Amino acid sequence: MRRVLVLFAHPVLERSRVNRRLVEAARDLEGVTLRDMYEEYPTLDIDVRREQEMLLRHDVVVFQHPFYWYSVPAILKEWQDLVLEHGWAYGAGGTHLRGKVTFNVVSTGGPASAYRESGYNRFTVRELLAPWDQTAHLCGMRFLAPFVVHASLAVIGEDDVAPARVKYRRLLEALRDDRIDLDRAAAAENLVDSLDHVLAPREVA
Amino acid sequence: MTDSVLAQALVYLAVAVIFVPIAKRLGLGAVLGYLAGGVVIGPWVLGFVGGEGQHVMHFAEFGVVMMLFLVGLELRPALLWQLRQPIFGLGGLQVVVTAAVVAGGALAVGVAWKAAIAIGLTFAMSSTAIVLSSLSERGLLKTSGGQASFSVLLFQDISVIPILAVFPLLGATVATELTDVTSEAGRPAWLSGLFVLGAVVAVVGLGRYLVRPVFQFLAAAKLREAFTAAALLIVVGIALLMQTVGLSPALGTFLAGVVLADSEYRHELETDIEPFKGLLLGLFFISVGAQIDFGLIGHDPLKIAAIVAASMLGKLSVLYGLGRLFKLDRPARWLLAFSLAQVGEFAFVLLSLGAQRGIFAPDVKSALDAAVAISMVLSPPAFIVLERFVLPRVTERTEERAQDEIDEPGGTIVIAGYGRFGQMVGRMLRANRIPMTILDLDPEIVDIVGRLGIKVYYGDASRTELLHAAGCEHARAFVLAVDDAAVATRIAENVRHHFPNLAIIARCRDRPHYWELRRLGIKHVFRETFGSAYEAGIASLQALGYRANTAHRLARRWRQHEERMLEELGELWGTGDGYFSRVRSGLDEAERLMRDEDPTVFTDRDASWDNESLRADRRPEAAAADDVAS
Ligand SMILES: Cc1cc2nc3c(=O)[nH]c(=O)nc-3n(C[C@H](O)[C@H](O)[C@H](O)COP(=O)(O)O)c2cc1C
Repeated sequence: MRRVLVLFAHPVLERSRVNRRLVEAARDLEGVTLRDMYEEYPTLDIDVRREQEMLLRHDVVVFQHPFYWYSVPAILKEWQDLVLEHGWAYGAGGTHLRGKVTFNVVSTGGPASAYRESGYNRFTVRELLAPWDQTAHLCGMRFLAPFVVHASLAVIGEDDVAPARVKYRRLLEALRDDRIDLDRAAAAENLVDSLDHVLAPREVA
Repeated sequence: MTDSVLAQALVYLAVAVIFVPIAKRLGLGAVLGYLAGGVVIGPWVLGFVGGEGQHVMHFAEFGVVMMLFLVGLELRPALLWQLRQPIFGLGGLQVVVTAAVVAGGALAVGVAWKAAIAIGLTFAMSSTAIVLSSLSERGLLKTSGGQASFSVLLFQDISVIPILAVFPLLGATVATELTDVTSEAGRPAWLSGLFVLGAVVAVVGLGRYLVRPVFQFLAAAKLREAFTAAALLIVVGIALLMQTVGLSPALGTFLAGVVLADSEYRHELETDIEPFKGLLLGLFFISVGAQIDFGLIGHDPLKIAAIVAASMLGKLSVLYGLGRLFKLDRPARWLLAFSLAQVGEFAFVLLSLGAQRGIFAPDVKSALDAAVAISMVLSPPAFIVLERFVLPRVTERTEERAQDEIDEPGGTIVIAGYGRFGQMVGRMLRANRIPMTILDLDPEIVDIVGRLGIKVYYGDASRTELLHAAGCEHARAFVLAVDDAAVATRIAENVRHHFPNLAIIARCRDRPHYWELRRLGIKHVFRETFGSAYEAGIASLQALGYRANTAHRLARRWRQHEERMLEELGELWGTGDGYFSRVRSGLDEAERLMRDEDPTVFTDRDASWDNESLRADRRPEAAAADDVAS
């Protein structure tokens, strides 16, 4: 069994429609630890040792957040800057994160069609997450494709998010129970779309 | 001419008021000002003071005693222990070698050997008064050269005891006076030894165990003058005790100073003694100036000049050589040599003793007296030569550069008031290893906090002298944390006035007090309960179910408004209706502001992080483009 850590960041959860419902998938799930980062650190004053201990106790690290300016809300950047210390996460002696699995769970305002070369956002979400990809790489972690929920501004009611939430929960459970094809998950574009493929048992050649 | 005490006081004070500022303005230093003033009022120019000069000088020598007490206060026992090598090594060699060199010179010009030794020992002394005043006036006391000079002076003070014992031996009538030699008071030597030991033990014991409770008692009585009187009592008492057992009073009070250097009353003692010391030292310098016998000098100027030149050059060379031997760097060596080249005030005592004992003739004594006085007058100019011409040449450039460029954070901080507020600030600073001087007027706090191993000085921070003693000149910031609003304002005014560049961080009681302090030009004023009330407000919002981040944002926003209002209301304070109507409108403003900020309440203001405005703004073209693309 893999232990899963969800680092969840939303500065104004009161106004959230997507993440507020999506995050319920990670709550009360055995083997999954959910941390509400803005609730933990309202002044962005991150406790580095505590965060590092958290990382040590888990095998999968999920960053769940809305897409803000093609990136993460500030607290996750701060978390990255402080917690991923040289000599701990990377560099000489920085081996503590080796072999762990990581990916982002992202909600975007723009629709899927915008996130492509011909769309008005010109890049795919996966491409825009290149810094996270490379950070994981430097730390010796396995970086999977993001789980992206698009067009969240069009979300009106509970039902609109329900399918994504179900998928999210399936994904977390599969990660926990080691029922996932990591190679496929790493090669995918968006785990929302490729979930069945990623979770399917590999065909024997 | 001037017989009444008041008239004399008038003359001396006038010198201090007229000559000293002029000398300082000319960059010559206060000591030279006093000396020059003394010459002018002396018998050879204006003749305001005459024969009683000697008398005045005896009295004024007490200034030296006080000065050494103050020097001792600055010198903790541990620091003194560190100086043992320069004191006994450098100081000891200086006395022995200088005495030998001067005696050799005297022998060479035909002085009898006993007289030559006496003169050698006499001329080995330097002037504690002039050197320490000049060094501290120029801020050189803490440099390595200054420390070396100080060590040598200290040893000279110690060596006075054996020198006084040796002098009678050199007298013409040695055999008959042998009994007298053992001690001035006719005690056998072993008893004198016991007395000396007893006196030293008494001084240390009194300083350690009696002064504290007495001062605590006086502090509780809140009597200013009683404190000053007690401080003077300590100095005078110890000086007398030392004299009785035949020790140098200066040495005794120095010892007492060292013993009290660790005490929390140190700054208070400093402030009380300082003005007396200053005046008495001034008096001392004036009487040195007034005593110069220009008649004698005029009679045989070449001889006197030769004595002065030979002795000063001789001393200077010995000092420089010893500086090399003790591996002082070049600037320190030159400082040591130039500062101690004069002959000191103690020479006057030794010369009269020598004449009395018939070691040398009275006319020799007068000539030497004149030479000593001139050498003393020459030392402030020697300092000027050193500073303007010698030091710039021998100081290495690179060193200065490096020091200039380093502008580390840190430096010292003065905290006035170490109650519940000051302690919190102090603990935080202490954790950051920031050196602090803490002042408090409550003997109980001084005692309790002192027991925690934190140094708190007893003293009234509204007194300017105490601010000086606490080192406000060099401090980077002043934390004003006393609880009494009126006292705080008084201190703030004083600090602003005397140290306009010192940053003040002030605690205030309420809004009117806040405005009062702000009007003094203090930027950082903190209402004493604001911080915790602010935190409590945030906790309350969270208890109501607000998200932590939201509660903090609301609180910060409210605080901005609150602070803006505080400044605005400060302008209106005292205008009656205008003030209260602004207070009311301010409340409404805050409410509106909070509603805009509250994410649970939708408004069209402040759209960052807001999805609603994004939803509203999903322009048809963008949507159309999406459709085309997909
Ligand atoms: C400050 C800010 C920046 C945003 N930047 C982007 C962006 O770069 N790309 C995008 O597709 N949506 C962007 N959005 C829209 C959010 O991604 C969208 O509101 C969010 O995913 C909705 O999730 P929620 O309902 O959980 O808040 C931004 C929104 C905000 C408030």
